[in-house]
Amino acid sequence: MTVNLILFLVLAAACIATALGMLVSRSAIYSALFLVLNFGTVAIFYIILNAPFIAMSQITVYAGAIMVLFIFVIMLLGTDVLPQPQALPWQRPAAIVLAALLIVEAGYLVFFGSATGPTIPQAVESFGSPQDIGGALFNQYLLPFEVTSVLLLIAMVGAIILTQKDKGGR
Amino acid sequence: MVPINFYIGLSAILFTIGALGVLVRRNPLVIFMSVELMLNASNLALVAFTRVHNVLDGQIFVFFVMTVAAAEVAVGLALIVTIFRTKHSINIDEMNNLKG
Repeated sequence: MTVNLILFLVLAAACIATALGMLVSRSAIYSALFLVLNFGTVAIFYIILNAPFIAMSQITVYAGAIMVLFIFVIMLLGTDVLPQPQALPWQRPAAIVLAALLIVEAGYLVFFGSATGPTIPQAVESFGSPQDIGGALFNQYLLPFEVTSVLLLIAMVGAIILTQKDKGGR
Repeated sequence: MVPINFYIGLSAILFTIGALGVLVRRNPLVIFMSVELMLNASNLALVAFTRVHNVLDGQIFVFFVMTVAAAEVAVGLALIVTIFRTKHSINIDEMNNLKG
């Protein structure tokens, strides 16, 4: 057992535990906080995988902006304490069976199928540095980058239009 | 280094937990969070593949997935707030007609 493997196993255990915590928490606030922890552990995986820029984007965009928006809406609606009746009695067992099928299938493909790939090679020193990402983003992927800005603008306008209260003659 | 299969396996486990959350939970906010978890799992797989093949395109793709997810969350949460205003409930089983 190398240090890397121990680190991976500890982080993976934390990652899976927080994801399961999000799944089983009765309160939506606790789910959101578990998900923030999960995003944090995944960001550490990104750093291990030579992706510091993606790791920082993960922390700022996901754990920062998106989850703050979630928690804001949860508190705004205040529906956290409402009872949640279970409508379909067979739904939970059926969902668990389907999820078990999915994980067995994925596990088979990952460990026995054609996805069995090479071990991770030694990276060159500056692989995945923010300079490289910026260069690729503003040369090869300039058009998708600009389209993304338009998409974000549309989403912002859409959110404002959807949530504004109807005024008088509209 | 840890073999690539471990990362892909972890990604598969996270994706399954997200899918289970979408299927089991009744609160649309938690369903949304489960979708985010699934996106995150696929991002982890993409970054792992980027590391194996030594090309940067996977990380660029993850960046775009993050921005699109941010846009999706903004519009989706606005929809949930609007539905709550009209129905005074966010139970997913009551969202079964198009015209409130």
